[in-house]
Amino acid sequence: MTSDEARSQLDERLEEILAWHFDEETGCPFWLHWKSQAGWDPRKEVKSFDDIHRFDHFQDEWLRDEKNERFVPRGMKGRPFNVFETGGTTGLPKQRVGWDDYKHDYEMFSGTLADEHFPPGANWIMVGPTGPRRLRLAVEHLAQFRGGSCYHIDLDPRWVKKLIIRKQIDEVERYQRHVIDQAVEIIKHRDIGCMFTTPKLLEAIGERISIPGAGIKGVFCGGTTMTPQAVRFWVEEVLEGKTRLVPTYGNTLMGLAVSRPLDETYSVTYYAPQPRAVLRVVNPEDTAITMPYGEFGRVELTTLTKEFFMPRFLERDEAIRREPIDDYPWDGVGDVRPFGAMEKKVVEGVY
Amino acid sequence: MIPTIPLLRSGSPYCSLDVQSIEAVGGGDEVARITMANSGLIRRDLLDMTRGRAALQKFSASDLLDITVSAGDIFLHDDLPVGQEGQLQSPDDYLLSLAATSGLPHALIRMNMERLHGVFGEVPTIFKGLSRGLPPEILDGGHFLDEGVRLSFVPTTDALGVILPSNSPAVNALWIPALAMKTPVVLKPGREEPWTPWRVIQAFIKAGAPAEAFSFYPAGHDGSAAIIRRCGRVMLFGGDDTVSQYENDPSVEVHGAGRSKILLGEDEIENWRDHLDLMIRSVSANSGRSCINASCIVVPRYADEIADALADALLGMSVRAQDDPEASLSGFANPRMAEWINGAIEEGLKEGGARDVSLEKRDGSDRYVLRDSMHYMLPTITRCQSIDHSLGNTEFLFPYASVIEMPQSEMLDSIGKSLAVAAISSDEAWIESLIAADHIERLNVGAMATNHIEWDQPHEGNLFEFLYRRRSIQVA
Repeated sequence: MTSDEARSQLDERLEEILAWHFDEETGCPFWLHWKSQAGWDPRKEVKSFDDIHRFDHFQDEWLRDEKNERFVPRGMKGRPFNVFETGGTTGLPKQRVGWDDYKHDYEMFSGTLADEHFPPGANWIMVGPTGPRRLRLAVEHLAQFRGGSCYHIDLDPRWVKKLIIRKQIDEVERYQRHVIDQAVEIIKHRDIGCMFTTPKLLEAIGERISIPGAGIKGVFCGGTTMTPQAVRFWVEEVLEGKTRLVPTYGNTLMGLAVSRPLDETYSVTYYAPQPRAVLRVVNPEDTAITMPYGEFGRVELTTLTKEFFMPRFLERDEAIRREPIDDYPWDGVGDVRPFGAMEKKVVEGVY
Repeated sequence: MIPTIPLLRSGSPYCSLDVQSIEAVGGGDEVARITMANSGLIRRDLLDMTRGRAALQKFSASDLLDITVSAGDIFLHDDLPVGQEGQLQSPDDYLLSLAATSGLPHALIRMNMERLHGVFGEVPTIFKGLSRGLPPEILDGGHFLDEGVRLSFVPTTDALGVILPSNSPAVNALWIPALAMKTPVVLKPGREEPWTPWRVIQAFIKAGAPAEAFSFYPAGHDGSAAIIRRCGRVMLFGGDDTVSQYENDPSVEVHGAGRSKILLGEDEIENWRDHLDLMIRSVSANSGRSCINASCIVVPRYADEIADALADALLGMSVRAQDDPEASLSGFANPRMAEWINGAIEEGLKEGGARDVSLEKRDGSDRYVLRDSMHYMLPTITRCQSIDHSLGNTEFLFPYASVIEMPQSEMLDSIGKSLAVAAISSDEAWIESLIAADHIERLNVGAMATNHIEWDQPHEGNLFEFLYRRRSIQVA
C-alpha cells in the first residue's frame, strides 16, 4: 500500500464511522446529543481526515462523568458490552465500553508476529495489570487466536501508585516480589512459549530466571517509556539476544500500535492500527499543527471504530514524529515518553 | 576532542545509548559527553558484585594500602585516561574541566586535589584509626590472633554504593579507603562532576588496583534508587529530609548538614581575638562548603564584637574570576540553590531577633551576586539573639555563621546534634561533659578549627565498622 492509498483508506473509514455514529439509527446517545448541540453535522462537513480539526479534543473526563450506556451505539443494541477501565487511583475510574474491537485489534497484531518467535500453539503468560483492563481479555484472545492458552499473573498498578505516593518503597518491592514469585513459578512449571509483560516486570523476571532458558521465545511488551538504551538492555541482556522483543504502545482507548523492526539505534517507533486509529504528533501550543518529521510534539489519538468514536484525544505522552515505512505507510510516533518529561517530574512506570 | 565518558560495569567500559552533554556553567560550550545507565542495568549488575571482591581478595590488604598511596601521587601528577577514545587528561585538564562544569575557582580545586592526595597518602593511618589499631592483615585471612584474642571480621556487603554530589570534589575522600578494605565501589557521580570519581578510579587502576573493583554509573534518580536499594552499604549526601528518611536504615549512611560549631569557654572568652583566625578558617575554608565548616559560634560574652570582627575579616572574600589565584569563594552553577539560600536568610531576618552583620559592613549591598553566569553568596555573619532562631542553628553551602551569646553552662544542652565541635577551653569539667555528649560526632578540644582533621579519627561514621562486623570464631 502506498501513502496515498493509506490516506484514501483512512478517509473512507472516517466517512463510514461518522455515518455510523451520527445516524439516528446507529449512533450513540452521547454523539447524537453532541450533534444536536454543536449545530453542524460532521457527516456533511468532515470530508476527509484533514477536516478532523472541526472536532475539539475529546475529553477523557467524559468517560468518567457520562454513563457508559450513553456511549452504546444504537447499532449495537441488544448486545451486552464489556466495560474496560483505564487509569485511576481514587474515585471512579475512566471507562470505555466495547464488544469485539479488542479481538480485531489483536488479530491484526497477531499478523505482525513472526511464528519463529511466537510459535503457533504455544502457551502464553501475561504478567501485568489484569482486572478490569482490556489487556486481560486481549492477550488471552491473542494466545487463543494463535492456538495456545494464556496464564495470568495480576499486578494492580493503582495499589502500586498509592504505595509510591506514600513513599512505601519497601512495600512496592515486596508486592513486586509477590508478583514475580508467582510468574516464575508458572514459567518454571508450565510450558510457556510467549509472554506479555511490562518493562519493569520484564527486568525483574530476568533477574530471577533466564527468560530464553525457560523456553520463552517471544515477549511482547507495553507500558511505560522505552528509551533506546533500555530497549538495547532488554534485547541484549535481559533477553540474552535470543528471545524476540516486540515493543507496543497502546491503551484501552486506542488498541495496539506496533513497532517497526528494531535496528542498531534501538529507537522504538510505533505505527497506529490505521485506519482503526490514527496517531498524530501535534504542536502542544497549537494542536491543529502537526509537528515536522523528527521533532517532538504531543501525541493525539483518534479512534475510528463502530464501537467507539473518539476524535483528537490528547494523550499524556509526547513523541517524535517519524516517517511512514513500507509496512506502515502513515506517520509513526518515536521515543514516546510522558508529556513534559523533560520539564517536570512525572510519576510513571509503576509497573 | 570532547571526551565521552562511559559507564564502568565492574571495570568494563560500556557506552550507553543515552548520551548526555555536559556543558560549561552558564550554558557554555560542551565540555564532555556522559553516557547514562538505565536503572535496570544497574539493578542487574548489582545482583552479583562478587567479582570485584574476588579480584581485591587476590591482594593483601597491605598491598592495597600501598596501591592507594601510589594512586594518590598518580591522581595528582599523571596524565590519565578520560573517556572512550583513548584520550588522556593531565592534572591541568582535570582542573579546567571541573572548573568549567562546576564553576569552582581554580584555587579551590587545587586545594581539593591536594586534600584528596592527602587522603590517598594517609590511608594506612586512616585504616589504623578506623580499625582501632588492628594490622591490615586482619582482612587477609579468615581470622587473626591479636594479643591473644582471636578476631574475625565479616564483610557487611559485596560493594559500597556511593551517591556523589556535583558540588564538592573532596567528598570522594570518604570512599577512597574502601578499596584498601577490600570492598569494591559502585559510584554514581553528580551530573556536573563525573571528573573526580573517574580520575580517582583511573589513578587506582594505574597504580595496580583491579579494574573489576570499580563500577561507575552516571544515572538519574532511578539509578540512585537502584544503588540505594541493592547495595548492602550505601553512602549518600543530602539534606535533613534525606537524613531522616534513612536514619533507621543501618545500610545507609547519609552525610547531611553538619551544623558544626565553635564553643568558646568562659576561661578563654577574654582571649577571643587570639582565636579569630581559627574562627575565620572554620567558617570560610573550602568556601564554607564542608559539613565540618563552622556554621554557628557560641560564646558566653562579646558576641557583638566577635560577629563584627568576623564580618570585617570576611569582607575580603569577594567574587573573583575563576582563575584568579586569590579566588576562594565558590559560586553556584544552579541559580535556584543561591536563590533558595538567599530567600531563607531573608525570611529569617524578617522574623526579628537576628541581623546580618556582613550586610551592614557592605553598606547594604546584596549578598547575592551574579558574575560570569555564576551565582554567588557573599560571606554572611548573622548575630542571632537565640540559637533557636531559624538562622541560629542552620547550615548553608557558603561561608555563613551565626554568632550567639549564652552562658557556658547552657551550651551543651542547646547546641543540638553537631557534626564537629571545636571547644576552645581548658575547663576540664566542661570538656568532660562535652566528651560524654552523644550529640557531638567529632570533638576538637582546645584551639583547633572545626575543619581540622586528624587522619586516625573516623569521619561521620566509621567506614571500617560500616563495611565489616566482628563475628565470633572458635578454632579447635
